[in-house]
Amino acid sequence: MHHGPAAELGTDHASAKKAKLGVWFFYLYLFLYAGFVVVGVLNYELLGLEVFGGLNLAIVYGIGLIVFAVLLGVLYNNMCSRYEDDLNKEETGL
Amino acid sequence: MIYGVSYTALVFFIFFVGLVLGLSFYFARKTKSASSYYAAGGQIHWAINGIAFAGDYLSAASFLGICGMIATFGFDGFLYSIGFLAGWIVALFLIAEPLKRLGKYTFTDALNSKFKSRAITLTAAISTLIVSIFYLIPQMVGAGDLVTPLLGLPHWVGVVLVGIIVIFIVASAGMTSTTYVQFIKGGLLLVLSTILTIYIFKNGFTLNPVNDGSAYHKFITLTPEVADSVVISVADYKVISQQNVKTKHFVKLEKDNVQRWFDLVKDNDQYLLKEVLSISEGEQGIMLYNGEPREKAKFFQVGHMSKIIVDGKEVEKTGPVSPFRFLSIINKSEIVRFSEVKLTDEGKKVTLFYQNITKGKDFMLPGLKYKIGKGASVWSRLDFISLMLALFLGTAALPHILIRYYTVKSQRDARKSTILAIAAIGIFYVLTLFMGLGAAINGVMDVESSNMAAPLLAKAFGVVLFSVISAVAFATILGTVAGLIIASSGAIAHDLLDNYFNWNLSDNKKVKVGKISAFAVGIFAIALGIAFKGMNVSFLVGWAFSIAASANLPAILFLLFWKKTTAKGIASSIVVGIMSSLTIILTSPTMWDRYGLDPANAIHKLDNPAIISFPLAVLTIYIVSLLTQDKLVEVHVEANV
Repeated sequence: MHHGPAAELGTDHASAKKAKLGVWFFYLYLFLYAGFVVVGVLNYELLGLEVFGGLNLAIVYGIGLIVFAVLLGVLYNNMCSRYEDDLNKEETGL
Repeated sequence: MIYGVSYTALVFFIFFVGLVLGLSFYFARKTKSASSYYAAGGQIHWAINGIAFAGDYLSAASFLGICGMIATFGFDGFLYSIGFLAGWIVALFLIAEPLKRLGKYTFTDALNSKFKSRAITLTAAISTLIVSIFYLIPQMVGAGDLVTPLLGLPHWVGVVLVGIIVIFIVASAGMTSTTYVQFIKGGLLLVLSTILTIYIFKNGFTLNPVNDGSAYHKFITLTPEVADSVVISVADYKVISQQNVKTKHFVKLEKDNVQRWFDLVKDNDQYLLKEVLSISEGEQGIMLYNGEPREKAKFFQVGHMSKIIVDGKEVEKTGPVSPFRFLSIINKSEIVRFSEVKLTDEGKKVTLFYQNITKGKDFMLPGLKYKIGKGASVWSRLDFISLMLALFLGTAALPHILIRYYTVKSQRDARKSTILAIAAIGIFYVLTLFMGLGAAINGVMDVESSNMAAPLLAKAFGVVLFSVISAVAFATILGTVAGLIIASSGAIAHDLLDNYFNWNLSDNKKVKVGKISAFAVGIFAIALGIAFKGMNVSFLVGWAFSIAASANLPAILFLLFWKKTTAKGIASSIVVGIMSSLTIILTSPTMWDRYGLDPANAIHKLDNPAIISFPLAVLTIYIVSLLTQDKLVEVHVEANV
């Protein structure tokens, strides 16, 4: 099976910075994700705590992780686009 | 479960499956080149690509398995939703950009481009083969489950049917997952899940759910005479036998020449016998459902509320509810789940499904499957951590998952597509929570298999919705199975025979060997699909994730982020990852049960292997790479080839 790209992407001077940002975002998400697991294993009762509107912490945290993933993705996209604008434009100007 | 044939459902089902397959073939003929294969040469709008991305990712396991597990074990099923999406984030943040800098698009391509190593070719091909096969099992199990209520045929017929269709497709025309087909599937899955969820909210809660126009089965409760926890007599019934399983007591009673099982429970100092569902072997090997032959149809769909508490008051039903109110009412109320017990009676195997009253607050917390609360053993806590680790790391390690990311024209569009996909997948996973909970309380559950929770819930709301949802799920399974069989046969014919064993096949022979491999893998998949009947498909996908995370992820992460990584380190890590995860899975309590042994006597108590196999693989790549530094091949990572 071929896995080639649909089109050549050209030189991207922002790629190293984007990769670094990705690693930071990964650690941030890992911290929150691991937090859920740690609370579950070490202080299980806390997950049953009613947070608001009759919803417990497990549900709020779980849905929160899903929503946060989406928000983080949007932020990642915006920041990557900005890096590309800045760094690739500078290079073109030289 | 006993199902009759629904001809209306069948007509809609065949129509929609035909439509999706027809579109697949149509677009497959139109897109021949590698670049147009995925994205029509970068001409596709990013939004369409994004939904197609979601369509790629949301396999039948997401839809069937997660909803089924939530309906059976409550929040523990939702862990899969959380983990599957989190895993996707790992793939995007950690792997996508650095891998793109390598100019390679799959894990195998990336490894082989850097080290021209025969050991890596061999181990990566075996890894692809094993992960694909473990991914195939849940698809086949799901296919069998889907066909059963539509055709009224046994599970194995469904599995064989899917196997034959896919082998035929792969061997004759080939089937490609083109962007438009994935867009249609992904879009339909989202729209249909939203409709189903709206139905759930509109329906609200009731103690007496109505399923497809017929009333819920009224479970019999009897008052026995009991001495020392042994049932002596019951009015109008003859006591046949009593079996004690751990702390539970099950009693077989006879009335009108029909033998049925009851669960002896103590309620407010009074003994009661509560009706259970049973499957047992009768005379001449005929299977009996609740003591009667199959054709009498005395087996029922189940799952209901035993108490509905609204604002502190107990009510019989509610009207329509909002999403938040839906969750908070379940949290305060009480649900009747049906738990399985196996025993031997008069030398014959009997499976019982007894009413397990569960408080809503327990249902809405982890712990019913993966016990982590007070009194939980170290094993069960480790199992929980292991599952969460595998889900988090598994997605990025699946061989095919990021391909679509690289196939649009501009990077911006690729990212926009991805973000839309994450949003769509995220919304879908939140919907699985409502669909699973809705199935648990609306009397639609099939006790023999949790996988049909969502489609059967749809059936309760209308046969058209049911057949369309089933058709989309079925078409998704066909597409996924075809893709996996192609990938497996490619690993055998191309990577192993041609590249590793140097068979130097001509193009014609290569195609022939590929087709024979596809046929062999297809037959193997059919056998596995039958062998794993009744298991939750998400649980099975969890295994594929564990193997992928252990075998592939250390290799790809070290390759991308550690310059001292060597070919031998990578090959050893893949071998250790595969061997350790497979060994743990094959000796797990769940597999012990499959072998017909007592799960309590399994060698260990771990169902999910990642917590051991992943660190082992990491350690292996680190140590072996350090020990083989003289063999290090210097490679410069070119930015954006």
